[in-house]
Amino acid sequence: MPTFVYMTRCDGCGYCVDICPSDIMHIDTTWRRAYNIEPDMCWECYSCVKACPMHAIDVRGYADFCPLGHAVRVHRDEEEGIIAWRIKFRSGRIKDLVAPITTKPWGKYIPDLKQVPAPTKEQRESQLLFNEPKYIRLDDGDLYTLESQGLKMRQGVYY
Amino acid sequence: MAYKTIVVDDIDILVVGAGLSGTGAAWEARYWGQDKKIVIAEKANIYRSGAVAMGLYAINCYMGTRFGENNPEDHVRYARNDLMGMVREDLLFDMARHVDSTVHQFEEWGLPIMRDPETGTYQREGKWQIMIHGESYKPIVAMAAMKSADKVYNRICVTHLLMDEAKENRVAGAVGFNVRTGDFYVFRSKTVIVTAGGASMIYKPRSTGEGAGRVWYAPWSSGSAYGLLIQAGAKMTQMENRIVLARFKDGYGPVGAYFLHLKTYTQNGLGEEYESHWYDELKKMVGEYIDHHPVPTCLRNHALIREVLAGRGPIHMVTMHSFQDPHLEEVGWHNFLGMTVGQAVLWASTDLDPKCENPELTTSEPYVMGSHATACGAWCSGPEDVSPPEYFWGYNRMTTVHGLFGAGDACGGTPHAFSSGSFTEGRLAAKAACQYIDDGKAEGIVVSDRQIEELREKIYKPLENYKIWNNEVVAGDVNPTILYPKQGLIRMQKIMDEYCGGVSMQYMTNEKLLNIGLKKLAILREDMEMLAARDLHELLRCWELHHRVLTSEAVMHHTLFRKETRWPGYYYRGDHLYLDDENWHVLTVSRRDPKTGEWTMEKAPLYHIVGDVEEEYQKKKAAKS
Ligand SMILES: Cc1cc2nc3c(=O)[nH]c(=O)nc-3n(C[C@H](O)[C@H](O)[C@H](O)COP(=O)(O)OP(=O)(O)OC[C@H]3O[C@@H](n4cnc5c(N)ncnc54)[C@H](O)[C@@H]3O)c2cc1C
Ligand code: SF4
Ligand code: SF4
Repeated sequence: MPTFVYMTRCDGCGYCVDICPSDIMHIDTTWRRAYNIEPDMCWECYSCVKACPMHAIDVRGYADFCPLGHAVRVHRDEEEGIIAWRIKFRSGRIKDLVAPITTKPWGKYIPDLKQVPAPTKEQRESQLLFNEPKYIRLDDGDLYTLESQGLKMRQGVYY
Repeated sequence: MAYKTIVVDDIDILVVGAGLSGTGAAWEARYWGQDKKIVIAEKANIYRSGAVAMGLYAINCYMGTRFGENNPEDHVRYARNDLMGMVREDLLFDMARHVDSTVHQFEEWGLPIMRDPETGTYQREGKWQIMIHGESYKPIVAMAAMKSADKVYNRICVTHLLMDEAKENRVAGAVGFNVRTGDFYVFRSKTVIVTAGGASMIYKPRSTGEGAGRVWYAPWSSGSAYGLLIQAGAKMTQMENRIVLARFKDGYGPVGAYFLHLKTYTQNGLGEEYESHWYDELKKMVGEYIDHHPVPTCLRNHALIREVLAGRGPIHMVTMHSFQDPHLEEVGWHNFLGMTVGQAVLWASTDLDPKCENPELTTSEPYVMGSHATACGAWCSGPEDVSPPEYFWGYNRMTTVHGLFGAGDACGGTPHAFSSGSFTEGRLAAKAACQYIDDGKAEGIVVSDRQIEELREKIYKPLENYKIWNNEVVAGDVNPTILYPKQGLIRMQKIMDEYCGGVSMQYMTNEKLLNIGLKKLAILREDMEMLAARDLHELLRCWELHHRVLTSEAVMHHTLFRKETRWPGYYYRGDHLYLDDENWHVLTVSRRDPKTGEWTMEKAPLYHIVGDVEEEYQKKKAAKS
């Protein structure tokens, strides 16, 4: 059933409900714990699994083509900026993998565009976007145009 | 009904759907409109919404002009070749000349982009792709959008656009409902940028039962970009150009890194190279296009499909060689964990170790979207300095409805934009939307209470239907009067599959089938008046279905209109099995009249970027003949 929730671990915090892009993690009104209300609309995207502070959510591969006896577990750590995976095969073999998820403290290097100097009239009338042309090549080169590249637009079959 | 009406007034820029293109739009809009009111309406949670919810392991569109790698026109040539010529080259050139600046900013914000240890350039996966550790790609771009927007409304399913009543064909905002509280939301806005993503689940999936959500494009890609734009009467283009993907069987794990970086390759069930078996047949069908390099994706699909039908399946991805290298093996696994975890789940459950066994590949059901290797979407204006007159009407990425913009999957004719290109298109649309407002084009918009009240009634009708008719039967979902959204979805998928070239038909259709399909879709739409929703979650599914069915109608009409087989391997018109450049080297454009529901189709001329390379080619060709 794609994702499922371990009864003894879930405390009903609702983080998974809040994050699921498919709107299918809901809180069961009797048990006050989360469950997947529509398993055939689950992408196994792991957004809820990563968000659950109790590690209460797991995935059992789709019944129509996945045999039992496997697990893909994950721990995502924003402070450390890493994600750690553990793959358990049906045979019991384990594979561990780790990857970085960011190189900077969260959001700190995203500028507030309300505070940067406002664009000039020339910039507004040009084809440039924010931080351009600088950011295109990180040198002083200008934006590419048909003229700069010696190109024309012509109707017909041309290749 | 107890649901409140919440009016959000005086918006300058409303972004509908905050995936990759929507976050790009909201982010950039703040720069050109520092004093403007920018609002996002998103049906899920911006942190993990859209096709990149899971993360990505590659940015598939990066020129690398900074490292002297490619120029924008090279990318235009590449994309038009892959799409058998049918692209909007003005829009593509424009995206390509800005996309690097987008990627450089991503790196600055903290997205881990891998570097080639020797050269210091970005680690290439292929000519256009660079490798990233992108598990948090979506949270990172979401933070940028949140920094720029005045407000992000999560869990708002936008169902309709509002139209101005003072001036014909001008947008005035949007309405929808909150999936959690049920409240009715009215966004009055001077401009709207629709970035609500492409469409999965239009066709009957290969998976059955529980696995129905294991689709290639996300199950929440509900075709809302198309549904919203079509409802508003915007012109659409290339909607026949759906895509079929050759992917790892059942898990749909991506193959890009496998082919390009890991150097794995395919073979048939007998262990042979098979693409050459189909060269002669393809030569007859598409002429010299089969000699192009790289071979267009659809033609490679054709070879795979035909080889399996010839009884020499299954097709295998040969991983056993490359995966002996532990580094490459690790990349192979990270590639799944970073963007299609379900494929890792599948291999774990089947004990498949790609070092010891070659996994199977197969072709998927078709998908309708416009940012991957396909070009469905709205007919949008290009930039002033590139576009020929037929492609230019004032504001970059503006649809044929005034003040209504599209980007990413929503914008037609721009394949191979992918995540970075979609974000870039959002930025371009945002700048143009600010200009539109500054030019005074959004003055005097009028929306009557009647328009809003009518939409409100429409939106909640499925809840009413349920209340009225549910007790007609003892229990269960079988009811002679009402239809549940899942039932409607399955009916639509079956119609599309059987009449519009789905998997079970081996992608084959013809005029007769399409006309029957259109009739059946029309009847489905009649029945959808009786859609029933037990709760708000099902109400969300009802409106997703509305958007998907409108998308399906567009696909049918476009497929019927183009009387040739332009992309063998994506679909076949059995009654016109050949590519026909004489009559069909054009773009297809449709419009659905919002009042009557009538569709009209037209051809639009194809303009190509012509430079030295093309002139040289033409000369050679002339010399040959
Ligand atoms: C499996 C997979 C692998 C991919 N691999 C790569 C890759 O390696 N590299 C790469 O560059 N690209 C890749 N892509 C492509 C990339 O994800 C898309 O090109 C890109 O996300 C398209 O952006 P978009 O903004 O058009 O759509 P999306 O990002 O899907 O955003 C659409 C948004 O609209 C919202 N929405 C939908 N309907 C409504 C509604 N009615 N009301 C309000 N909001 C709504 C959605 O919730 C979502 O947030 C991949 C895609 C998939 C599925
Ligand atoms: S996030 Fe975890 S603990 Fe919280 S409700 Fe969901 S499953 Fe339970
Ligand atoms: S894996 Fe993704 S789609 Fe499935 S329940 Fe979790 S968040 Fe939702």
